[in-house]
Amino acid sequence: MNIGDLINGPRTRDSVDAFIAGNTFPMVDGSSCTFVWRGEAEAVHLKHWVFGLPSSQPLLRLDGTNLWHLTLKLPQKSRVEYKLEVVRHGKGEWIQDPLNQFHARDPFGANSVAQGEGYEVPGWIHPDPTAAKGHVDEIWIDSKTFGRRGFGLYIPARFQRSRTYPVVIAHDGHDYMRYASLTTILDNLIDRLEIADVIVVMTSSPDRLHEYPDNEHHAKFITEELVPYVQRLLPISDQPQNRCLMGASFGAVASLSTAMRYPGMYGRLLLQSGSFAFTDIGDRNHRGPIFDPIVAMINRYRAEPTVVAEKIFVSVGMYESLIYENRSLVPVLMSTGMDVRYVEARDGHNWENWRDRLRDGLSWLLPGPFLHVYE
Amino acid sequence: MARTIALLGPQGTTPDVGAVLRDLGITGTVALVRAGYQERESEDAELIKALGVPAKNLTLHARGNDVFKKATEYTAAYQARQQRLRHMQTFYRTRLDGTVDAAKKISVRYVEPELLEQEEKVSVDMFRQMDGDHVERCQAVRAAFDRTWPADHVPSLVAHRREVRALMAGTEALVLAGGHVASLHNRLQMFDILANNGDKPIIAWSAGAMVLTDRIVLFHDYPPYGSDVAQLLEAGAGLVSGFVVLPDPRRRIRLDARTGIQQFARRMAPATCVAMDHGARLILEGGELKYAKAIRLTTAGDAEPEWTGEPSRFSTPYLYGVHV
Repeated sequence: MNIGDLINGPRTRDSVDAFIAGNTFPMVDGSSCTFVWRGEAEAVHLKHWVFGLPSSQPLLRLDGTNLWHLTLKLPQKSRVEYKLEVVRHGKGEWIQDPLNQFHARDPFGANSVAQGEGYEVPGWIHPDPTAAKGHVDEIWIDSKTFGRRGFGLYIPARFQRSRTYPVVIAHDGHDYMRYASLTTILDNLIDRLEIADVIVVMTSSPDRLHEYPDNEHHAKFITEELVPYVQRLLPISDQPQNRCLMGASFGAVASLSTAMRYPGMYGRLLLQSGSFAFTDIGDRNHRGPIFDPIVAMINRYRAEPTVVAEKIFVSVGMYESLIYENRSLVPVLMSTGMDVRYVEARDGHNWENWRDRLRDGLSWLLPGPFLHVYE
Repeated sequence: MARTIALLGPQGTTPDVGAVLRDLGITGTVALVRAGYQERESEDAELIKALGVPAKNLTLHARGNDVFKKATEYTAAYQARQQRLRHMQTFYRTRLDGTVDAAKKISVRYVEPELLEQEEKVSVDMFRQMDGDHVERCQAVRAAFDRTWPADHVPSLVAHRREVRALMAGTEALVLAGGHVASLHNRLQMFDILANNGDKPIIAWSAGAMVLTDRIVLFHDYPPYGSDVAQLLEAGAGLVSGFVVLPDPRRRIRLDARTGIQQFARRMAPATCVAMDHGARLILEGGELKYAKAIRLTTAGDAEPEWTGEPSRFSTPYLYGVHV
């Protein structure tokens, strides 16, 4: 039974029960997606972060029932995170969709997930019992710049001291681990020979909104303290093509800005949904003062683009407002001769979008031996 | 006596190499190379069982590591050579990408079809030229290294070569397993295995088969990052001339992509492109093909599933007057 049958048919309690029991929610049919909530309320709204659509849309109550519904167009392969706002006694409460089994976690909690037709959770994000597992150590560094800081260190399976390894510095690496399955993905992609055996340094900042936007202290910490420290601990290659900076949102800004401040040091950048705000005229941006250093940095770079790495992977969601900034940056990066790969996905500014792009980005930046192995 | 060489498809979980050894009448001890498996080189029990004859694993990977540990200056020079070769591979690959892009742009221009057809040939010619240059430059790098670091000047290498020669002396044939093709190629050269083997039969599969040909081609139509262009690694040993060996096509080649197959086969012409799945077999005696069971990729864009060594009815004359 679809929503049309319910609208046109008898609206009894039993028919609503049958409708709920007989479907999964939200209901996806081609490019149409129907959100449903059942209960008593004054109003129910769909809350989402899809740039280009109203961020709050009312669900309609089906007369004679306590069923609320809203149908939207959802293009194929879309993935949209949302919540429902249920208004009672004049107060709205944001909840996860109780009828939807799919949820995504992030540092602020969890959202429900609508998966458009054709979207599939990639198989390589799930633990593979046959894949050899790396391990993560938690290490501390006494930094002259930032004082005592902890960071995670991913060591691949079959690590050998006699070999040298590429290194990835992952901004907000602990969040990548928690919300984007980073270590599982590394285990799987290494095991499948799709990425090189790699050491990953996972940093976290207690004040990322100030340390990440083109902050010289951050760049100095990463380049002059953290990388040399890890290099003393482990056999890490000293070649730029084996050093990669990665991050999402402000973490992407921190990656780009660190590479800009130390040209020739980092050969690979993985930039996801970078907050690369800029202005075409003047220096005021609509995103607030926290973005001012970024605007200054990107405006400078747009005026005089330079080589900051050899290969850069840029990804962004079509449903986030930053798509404009990212699309605009790509031709500027390309104009320098750097090898740039750009990927857009029908997703938003969230960890699972960043998760889903990791295979594409890491395998291109730091390819494993899959091209050389013929067993 | 004309040397017999058998090239096979991937062995997987149901190896047919034992049957091939029997067909060739090999009953004595064979020398086994599993250097392509690198650190897993010595995990050979199942394979030796499948061979059905006694085998001596030459452990070339481990021997190479031992040389690297003992001969520090040689090792530094060797690593520098490998680094240079890797850089050259990347730059060659970048140029290939440029040619792919150019060919694509040209192919959609609104001009006479006849001109586009000509331009397509020019594109193939560009690939061929880049392929040839790359192989030549890699050979030059290796030759320069060999001049500076002759093997007989590195005592640990000399000692291992001697041991390997002694091991091979009592064997009836050489068996080359697959694995990492560059690693295998390097170790075979380092220990001069193919020269040591003389005219004894060679049975090889996957990477092992690739290194015996004139040119080693790296390919994968389903890379994790979307798409890729086939590229030459280097010149192979040249014991199997006139063939490009492409193992495991069902996993690695879009066999229904006619344009891609056509361009690739034309690029490799006059060599015959042979895709080898499990069960595939090429038997050569004295360089002559005596038996074939494989998929042939033709210059017309077909993947002939049951090719038996005969010229394909789909083949068309194409490049430089060469009938392929």
